[in-house]
Formats: sequence, C-alpha cells, structure tokens
Amino acid sequence: MVEALFNLFGGEGEFLYFVAMVAAVLAVVLPLLLAVAFSVYFDRKIWAAVQMRRGPNVVGPFGLLQSFADGLKLFLKETIIPAGANKIIFLMAPMITFVLALISWAVIPFDADMAIADLNVGILYILAISSLGVYGIIMSGWASNSRYAFLGALRSAAQMVSYEVSIGFVLVCVLIAVGSLNLNDIVEAQAGSVLNWHIWPFLPIYVIFFISALAETNRPPFDLPEAEAELVAGYQVEYSSMAFALFFLGEYANILLMSAVMAILFLGGWHAPLPVLEFIPGWIWFLGKIGFGFFLFAMVKAFVPRYRYDQLMRLGWKVFLPLSLFFVVFYAAIFVYGGLLPTNG
Amino acid sequence: MSEVDIKNYCLNFGPQHPAAHGVLRMVMELDGEVIERVDPHIGLLHRGTEKLIEHKQYLQAMPYFDRLDYVAPMNQEHAFVLAIEKLLDAEVPERGQYIRVLYSEIGRILNHLLNLTTHALDVGALTPILWGFEEREILMEFYEAVCGARLHAAYFRPGGVHQDLPKGLAERIMAWTETFPQTLEDMEALLIDNRIFKQRNVDIGRITVEDALSWGFSGPMLRSVGIPWDLRKSQPYEVYDRMDFQVAVGTSGDCYDRFMLRIAEIRESLKIMRQCLNDMPEGPVMSLDNKIAPPKRSEMKRSMEALIHHFKLYTEGFKVPEGEVYAAVEAPKGEFGVYLVSDGSNRPYRCKIRAPGFAHLQAMEFMCKGHMLADAPAVLGAMDIVFGEVDR
Repeated sequence: MVEALFNLFGGEGEFLYFVAMVAAVLAVVLPLLLAVAFSVYFDRKIWAAVQMRRGPNVVGPFGLLQSFADGLKLFLKETIIPAGANKIIFLMAPMITFVLALISWAVIPFDADMAIADLNVGILYILAISSLGVYGIIMSGWASNSRYAFLGALRSAAQMVSYEVSIGFVLVCVLIAVGSLNLNDIVEAQAGSVLNWHIWPFLPIYVIFFISALAETNRPPFDLPEAEAELVAGYQVEYSSMAFALFFLGEYANILLMSAVMAILFLGGWHAPLPVLEFIPGWIWFLGKIGFGFFLFAMVKAFVPRYRYDQLMRLGWKVFLPLSLFFVVFYAAIFVYGGLLPTNG
Repeated sequence: MSEVDIKNYCLNFGPQHPAAHGVLRMVMELDGEVIERVDPHIGLLHRGTEKLIEHKQYLQAMPYFDRLDYVAPMNQEHAFVLAIEKLLDAEVPERGQYIRVLYSEIGRILNHLLNLTTHALDVGALTPILWGFEEREILMEFYEAVCGARLHAAYFRPGGVHQDLPKGLAERIMAWTETFPQTLEDMEALLIDNRIFKQRNVDIGRITVEDALSWGFSGPMLRSVGIPWDLRKSQPYEVYDRMDFQVAVGTSGDCYDRFMLRIAEIRESLKIMRQCLNDMPEGPVMSLDNKIAPPKRSEMKRSMEALIHHFKLYTEGFKVPEGEVYAAVEAPKGEFGVYLVSDGSNRPYRCKIRAPGFAHLQAMEFMCKGHMLADAPAVLGAMDIVFGEVDR
C-alpha cells in the first residue's frame, strides 16, 4: 500500500516515501475512526432492536450523528483527575489502550496488497499487540487509586491472559493449514469460493475463537472488568472526558479488529463468496465481513447474562484450553497423516 | 523475612451503586473476591414516615403508604386501610373488595416484573428489563385509569376504594391478562434455561428453613425454602377466600428458586385477576356510612346532611375508636403489617409499620458470606429490596 502510494506520488526521494507512509496510515486510521463512531451507533441500534426500543434517532438522519455528538460532548468536558491518582500513569493508560487498538490495524489487509505493512509474521504481530492491551487496563486500574477500578483491572488482566492462550492455539490450527504467518497468505489460501473458506473445516475452533474474542475485548458475557452490577464501571470508574473517550474508542476499535481477524482467518478475507461476485471490490467484501462479525458481537451483548469471575476462569482454563489444545493435535494429525500439509517455501 | 500482616480488602458498596437497589450501603470485607463480611448500612432514605403519620389525620396519612414500597403502592395502602377498618369495624362493599383484590394483584405483578428483570440485570442480562417495563407501563396505565396517578395512587380509602373502575377498564385489563403471558414466556426463554443465568443463581444465597423462620422472613423469601406460608391463604382478607389459586413454593431456597417462584406467582396473580373481573358484582365501591366515607357529590347539592358530612370529613377527619390493632397483607415482598394504636382522636397515636424487606435485609450478612463479590448483587436482587419500605 505504501509502495503503491509512493509510486503514485512519483516514486523518488526519501521524503516522498515518508509522505506516502503518512498518507497510508491516514488512509487507514481516519476511516477506522469513522467506522468506530458508526459501529458504536450500530451497536446501540442492534441492541435497541432486540430490546424493542428505538435507539438513538434524534441527532442527524436516523440518529446517525449520535456518536459524533457524544464525542463532542466528551471532548468539551473537564478531565477530572482524582486527588490520590498517579497523574502520569493515570493519563498514559487511556493513550496506551487507544494507540494499541490502532496500531494492530497496520497489518490488516483490506484487499489484495492493501495493508500498511505486509509483515511476514502478521498474525504474531497482532497477537503481540493485543497482549499488550492489558497494560492500559492494569495501569488505569492501579493509577486510579480506587478499589473498584483496581479490582476491575485485576480481573481484566487475569481474563485477557487466560483467553489469549486459547486464541493462540486457535491461530496455530489455522497456521498449520496455511503454512504461513502472513495475513495475505492466509487470505489467499481461502481464494476461490465460499467453499474454500476456513470456517467449514475449522468451525469448532471458529466458535472458540469468537468466544475468546468476546473475552479478549471485554464484551458480555465476559464484561467482568466493567461489570456494572458489581464494579460500577471497573477500571473506567474514575475516567471522564477524553480520557474516557479514548478507552471507549479503543474498546470498539478492538472489537472491529477482532471481527477483522475473524474475517481474515475464517471468512476468506477480501474474497467474494462466489467467483461471479468478484466484480465487487475486495475491500467492500472485507468490510461486509467485519460488519458480520460486529453484528455477532452486538447480538451476544443483548442476549446473555454475565459470568462470575471464577466461572470465567474455569471456562477459560478448564474448557477452552484443553479443547483448543485438542484441536491443535487433531488438526495437526489430520494434516500430517492426511498428507495435506502446505508446501510453500 | 518479617511476618506480613495481610489485611482483607474493604470495599464500600454503595450508597451510590447501580446494583444497590436504592441507597443501600454495604461495607464489605473481601478476601480476594470472596466476601468475608457484609455490613449493610441503612437509613439513607429515612423520612420519618411513622412519626409523620402521627401528626396526620387517618386519610391524610394514607398517601405515605404509597411512598414506602413505591414499586407496588396499593398493597401498602391496603394494610393501612385494613387496620383502620378493623378499628372502625367498617364494612367494605363487595365490589370494593373485588377491586382491592384486583389492584393488589396488579401491584404484585408490578413488583415482580421489576424485581425479576432487575435481578436479571444484576447478573448481567440487559434485555429482559426493557421487555418487562413495556408491560409494567401498561399496568401503570391501569393505575392511572382509576386514580389519575401512575405511582402514588392513594386509591384505597377506609371503607372501600376512591372511585369505581371507569367504563371499559375491566375489558382492557382482561385483554391484557390474555396477552401478557406471551411476554412472560419470552422473558423465561431468555433466562431460565440459560446456562450462565443458572450458574449465577443456582445454589447462590441458600437459606435453610430454620434461618428463614428465625430471621422473620416472609413472602417469596420464606416460600422459597418450601414453607407454603401466604397470608392470602392462611388468613384470607377481602375476598381472597373465594379465589382459586395456588401458593408457589420452592425447594432449595436459593436465588434461582426465588426467581422461579416469582414467575409462578405472576401466573397465579393473573388467575386471580381474571376471577376478580369475572365475578365482580355491581354496586357501590365505597362504604355508604357517611361518617367515614364522603357522600356523593350529587347528594351534596341537595342534602344539607351530606354537605356537613363532607365538610367534617375533609376538615376534621373521622375519629377512630380507642384500641390497638395489627393488620397485615401479603404484599409482593412478604408480610406487610401495620400496627395501629388509636387514642380515640382523628389521628393515629402510633403507627408501626412492619416492612418485609427490613427483615430480609438483615440476612444479607450470612447469605453472602463465602460467596464471590459478584454474587452479592444476585443475592440482593433475589431478596427484592426496596429502600422506601426498609428505611421508611
């Protein structure tokens, strides 16, 4: 993507390359932030529909501008820093969360050769960045100097670490099938038609991945860190104004990221479901698949109660971990003894 | 290495906490996430209702009862007017009694709908409350139709009810009792077989029969341990003895039992409502004794005596013979009783209110002990606490 832009700009000089890089980043981040704003709106709309409400419908046509109004409101508010808080860490935490939620997008391919960075270890990069996400939460919980926030942060740390383990094993299954950690290669392995998508052979681990993604992004039924009924808002308790908004945006950017990863790993990335439909640009398909993933996230939120802390840990360590481990062995056995191992390189 | 003194984590739960069901403040001692000690602090909504009542005439004191358990206002009024009527030895016309029973059961559904859905909310299910409130709104409209107020009804009066049902309301209520079970089923479908919901409620906050009896439990809290104690059956007031209904009981006394029991009670209430609407006779709704009940407005235009009665009733009020009495109703939350002492004047000498929630809240400590922090809201939710009546 950077190369393409560089060539478009003329293809000479280091400065121009830098400009191309910035342009590529902006080309991803700006639509992403816009998408986050609208995804908050759609989340609320879907949620409202399940609950037989109307949802936001006042600001702008169909309430489409609601998120912007909310953002503006938060922007104009005062950032309150509690007297006992560690100021620097308190303010750094939301930034870390927000930045980490954005930089994962660097490797997401929106279309063939349409990623800021085409890393060979793209999937590892995403795993690494999303593991770092826990820092923002721990720091905010500790720096707030509030017991609710602290408990929420501890819960969140335990939760994210636990579920990342099974996410890791799920990834291993897919990697065995593809033979590459490059996201482009993973998507290309699913080219052709809907029948080649990984969701069919990997349906059970797709489910595991989806549930773990819910836990990873602190969405119901795993929203313990911010469990309203017990911890009020968990680690976000003391945050207001833009600091809160950064957490909020980061959370939704993460949800979109998880939907994107799901689309790449299991739903064929930018590929159309049928070869006949290839005339529609790939990135539209990709966005549609992200939308589908997001829809699942939103629906789950409306339906389920919340797990208790110990139940959540039990589910993570005693159910998902053995299950995903079993599937790693299972798929590995099939690929090795079935002679299906990919042979690139 | 020197010895380290490990202190328990002390958490101040409330009074401004979304799951505290009002203004409950609980000081919790946590060992990790496990609750070691719960100390409920009450009194943040204390308004001195009992003392205020001593300075009000009987009729003026009545609206205070709406403000106790504001979730099911008319059930509280019911206990108070029953107490007054016992002292006055007043008769309530049959239609009035039927209307009282009808509205008591509407109150029960109002209460249970709120409790079931907020209980679900406390364990994280966000959708049922909005479905339930849709129906609650209709019930509020039934309240509004008879008395003009959605919440603070002041509809039950000593000697009957304030006015007859407006035209067409009986049919509307009947139609609602036919459509409502569908919503209830939808709600059940979302919750009762849900694994997460079960994990959060089964075997949580268990109580034994002995505990329930010795801590003065009543209502669904008592019935959840398997004791079929219901004042509507055991000492029927009004026309409850003519109603055909079952008393739901639980078996294990946990939060899940209490949840299921309240759903069953809603179904029984619907049954009672239908019977009331079918069997309701014609006739007056208010006692014809003009010493306690105001005369008709049309009569006041013609009869001097009626005018005097009206004037006396709304200035001086009625005098209640000396004596003391305890009257209790099966309110949605349990036995709601009024202990009334009269010195023969137009004001109560003393009015002690027995609120079921007060007795239940005492149990918070031993019901929560050993459970996780997240169970405390579930226990509290299944307890059905409303602070209006606990603090009075």
